[in-house]
Amino acid sequence: MSRLAVPKTYKLYIGGAFPRSESGRTYEVLRADGGFLANVAKASRKDARDAVVAARGAVSGWSGATSYNRGQVLYRIAELLEGRRAQFVAEIEEAEGASRAVASAQVDEAIDRWVWYAGWADKFAQVAGNANPVAGPYFNISVPEPTGVVAIIAPQDSSLVGFVSALAPALVAGNSVVIVASERFPLSAISLAEVLATSDVPGGVVNVLTGSPAEIAPWLASHSDVNALDLVGAGDLDWVSLEIEAADTLKRVLRPEGGADAAAPALGRITAFTETKTVWHTKSLK
Amino acid sequence: MSFLEYAPAPESRAILSLRDQYGLFIDGEFVEGRGTPFQTISPASEERIAMISNANPADVDDAVAAARRAYDRTWSKMSGRDRGKYLFRIARLVQERSRELAVAESLDNGKPIKESRDVDVPLVAAWFFYYAGWADKLDHAGLGAGPRAHGVAAQVIPWNFPLLMLSWKIAPALAAGNTVVLKPAETTSLTALIFAEILQQADLPPGVVNIITGAGDTGATLVAHDGVDKVAFTGSTAVGRAIAKQIAGTDKKATLELGGKAANIVFDDAPIDQAIEGIVNGIFFNQGHVCCAGSRLLVQENIHDEVVERLKLRLSTLRLGDPLDKNTDIGAINSKEQLERIRMLSDVGVAEGADRWSVACEIPENGFWYAPTIFTNVQTSSRIAREEIFGPVLSVLTFRTPAEAIAKANNTPYGLSAGIWTDKGSRILAVADKLRAGVVWANTFNRFDPSSPFGGYKESGYGREGGRHGLAAYLTPAPVGQAAISAGRAGAKSVSAGRAAAKPRIEAKDAAKNTRTAPSRSAKAAKKGAAK
Repeated sequence: MSRLAVPKTYKLYIGGAFPRSESGRTYEVLRADGGFLANVAKASRKDARDAVVAARGAVSGWSGATSYNRGQVLYRIAELLEGRRAQFVAEIEEAEGASRAVASAQVDEAIDRWVWYAGWADKFAQVAGNANPVAGPYFNISVPEPTGVVAIIAPQDSSLVGFVSALAPALVAGNSVVIVASERFPLSAISLAEVLATSDVPGGVVNVLTGSPAEIAPWLASHSDVNALDLVGAGDLDWVSLEIEAADTLKRVLRPEGGADAAAPALGRITAFTETKTVWHTKSLK
Repeated sequence: MSFLEYAPAPESRAILSLRDQYGLFIDGEFVEGRGTPFQTISPASEERIAMISNANPADVDDAVAAARRAYDRTWSKMSGRDRGKYLFRIARLVQERSRELAVAESLDNGKPIKESRDVDVPLVAAWFFYYAGWADKLDHAGLGAGPRAHGVAAQVIPWNFPLLMLSWKIAPALAAGNTVVLKPAETTSLTALIFAEILQQADLPPGVVNIITGAGDTGATLVAHDGVDKVAFTGSTAVGRAIAKQIAGTDKKATLELGGKAANIVFDDAPIDQAIEGIVNGIFFNQGHVCCAGSRLLVQENIHDEVVERLKLRLSTLRLGDPLDKNTDIGAINSKEQLERIRMLSDVGVAEGADRWSVACEIPENGFWYAPTIFTNVQTSSRIAREEIFGPVLSVLTFRTPAEAIAKANNTPYGLSAGIWTDKGSRILAVADKLRAGVVWANTFNRFDPSSPFGGYKESGYGREGGRHGLAAYLTPAPVGQAAISAGRAGAKSVSAGRAAAKPRIEAKDAAKNTRTAPSRSAKAAKKGAAK
């Protein structure tokens, strides 16, 4: 007699904990072949707001960590992903109906992108910053700083690599994130949250919502305590309305991207969620 | 004012040769606007200076079309070297005509001549000189090799630093290879129109810069125009928000420099004499018509009384009056409308329980004036501690610890600038790290330089002006495939390495256009095209 499997309950990830949706709602996620895969939490407006509160609370710690430290913490996620490689491959095979080779390639790419971004943590400021030769006796330097709380609609057509490609760059500079996973392929996002929970990323730095992006995105776009909105995976939503809502609080907005090249690794994805701060100081021998 | 009696020392207006009426500057020529002309007045005397044309939507069409033609036929084809030479010419012409520009600016805007002469106009020349040198070095702007201009830039500027804001907008736009339609503020069009004459003297090809005058609706029409690729706006957060909504979903790029409510933090170990001067410079420079003004003074509790006392003493020596007088410290409020807003918010401050103190100075009979004013006993929730007053009004609040100072400084939806005064270097750097503001001045305030990026966090807008960052705001990366920077190991999904340097935006349309500038036309050919 074969062993009876123990299925996992997929919940939200908010403030370092795994709550169910406060609404009590779930939705059914299916396999590629149409079979039942899981009941996943369907996040509500209240969940989104809780996630923003958690993200805001985590800003000062994460943005205040040294770049070297953030780089190491992010690199460790890649290490943990590597250790759980088989789990992610199996999950993607089931959810996307992909072959083992294709699923493995997706996991490999996701891990490699984490490593690529982790390495930027203590370098992007040197590329994006400047010492400014002003015409006077002043020390003057411009440095990129994290924008604050970034809300992300993750790419909808992949389980892991799209999610990672949107999440990792926002973390590099020290932002806190509320990310809405792919509606169809949310399982890897929650499994990744389990990795984050056991890594050294402080609770609240990453908050993962599952459910309907169409329902959740407007709350995030209009939320006054969200500083930036990455609509990379919002191509099928009414993203122009989201951009208009974001304008009320002058959020920084990244637009939807589509195709195989969506959210490709780019320094620009890091700097898009930074603010340039220029500090002047007088120079004097006195 | 009896502290020091000086004889009047007005700067002569003889240097000006103003026209009685000004047209719109479109395609290298002055043309009459089709809207109803309006007069520009001196805010210090309310006397009429000149009639200004009003651009209606058809005029906006003409200006954008001229800019597009100039972009397609001339400017995008010209070498960076030659674009730079035009900008160097402009910088020199501004220097040559600097006194005239300063007098015109003080006359039209109401700011003291010592500021327009020593700050505004020299910075205008510096801005053009700085960006002139960038024009043939765009590969080093930080966007990878072969970045391209956006195309036609619509630029709308405020009335507080009319010519300086013009230079912040036009210089980087042209250096990057864009052409421009600029709209000055309704009350301060004069120096932009004199600048148009300078462009004629520089023989800049027609249509590369177009200057259209009018009120807010003209600016709105320009920003909304389909032929515009880039919008750059400096002004209120309310208008900036409206612009952000208007361009949502379009391909227009935007730089928004909006309002501020800067904290100027004074610790008890600050060099007090310098701090007093810095506080005065922070909020009373340019009558407080400064988006980055240090309008919230956060002073450590134990030195509050001393600082306020000394501030009052210092303010009593400021000379308010004729902007053209070389001894004037405080000029006129730019408009009746702005004066009313300052008065309204000031009255709200009193109604909300703060204590108002104003310098007892003589206020001229005509014109718009507001005596330097300090509010003490201000609550953080008071409107005078939260809203931008844009006038010579300082709200004083206190703190006990650095953590409290930081919390109070950041307690605002704005994030444009901040000041720190302390003798302790390590504290400066630690506090500067924590302030959510785009520009932080330590033991100084209100310093500007073309090489230094300027712009805000949060609702103070986005994008930077000045420095390499200000140049990048007018550029877009080369189309995919033209820049070759490795993005690390390309995985199974075959990541396009060229995107590594690119802004993460959909550039498919731009890529198809591929209007990359090529150094194919000589200066001579370009000048021939410019012959009037």
